[in-house]
Amino acid sequence: MSLSAKDKAAVRDLWSKVSGKADDIGNDALSRMLVVYPQTKTYFSHWKDLSPGSAPVRKHGKTVMGGVAEAVSKIDDLTSGLLNLSELHAFQLRVDPANFKILSHNILVVLAAMFPNDFTPEAHVAMDKFLSALALALAEKYR
Amino acid sequence: MVEWTEFERATIQDIFTNMNYDVVGQQSLARCLIVYPWTQRYFGKFGNLYNAAAIMGNPMVAAHGKVVLRGLEKAAKNMDNIKATYADLSVLHSEKLHVDPDNFRLLGDCLTVVVAAQLGAAFTPEAQAAFQKFLAVAISSLRRQYH
Repeated sequence: MSLSAKDKAAVRDLWSKVSGKADDIGNDALSRMLVVYPQTKTYFSHWKDLSPGSAPVRKHGKTVMGGVAEAVSKIDDLTSGLLNLSELHAFQLRVDPANFKILSHNILVVLAAMFPNDFTPEAHVAMDKFLSALALALAEKYR
Repeated sequence: MVEWTEFERATIQDIFTNMNYDVVGQQSLARCLIVYPWTQRYFGKFGNLYNAAAIMGNPMVAAHGKVVLRGLEKAAKNMDNIKATYADLSVLHSEKLHVDPDNFRLLGDCLTVVVAAQLGAAFTPEAQAAFQKFLAVAISSLRRQYH
């Protein structure tokens, strides 16, 4: 299920419309993940405050969306483009890759809530494919 | 026996009472068929599903989306007894329709996205948690009679 030229164009198009709110998207998506999937909190036991919109959540949402932005710019070769991030997740963070799907779902929910007119079915499928490809690239170095 | 908090009960009732079944039903099923095209395998008799525009405009998709939502409404009206409420529907999906139960989750995810688009910021993280818990229980009940 690789990204077609049409998918890449749709992702770039949507990203150009939403990237201005990347920080808010990251904050909202991460907040939702921690509330709707409480098992994900286990990765953040070192944070003082795990509530939606808290300072550490805001900060980390920004970091995560920075990664997504980088992935958009490297959409033509995610695997090699995201090697460093993959090593980080594989050897240091050791996030179970099942959680990538969970965060991706919440990013899609936030995009729908914040940009209901731009998040068309075509944009939805392209974004879902892109986030899946991103997750795969992130898991590249795991084993 | 599923335990529901007052907040969860109120949230689910709120969402279904204010839902436009025509719009949400059509949008959810259409998105499912577009975003997860392999789900089209169950709708061979629905005519033109050739591309996103065709799916969005297909009247059979719109009608069936509403049928699915009415089914979920049954669960919303019987939150303390979803398992029994869905016993016959479960047999139907397993024995007659032969639907792979993994597809229930895919449709559920699309429904969550559509509800989020409808409600915007009002679909808070806590509301989303309640809604997804409800869907998980409905899906689990729908899977129960598969063997």
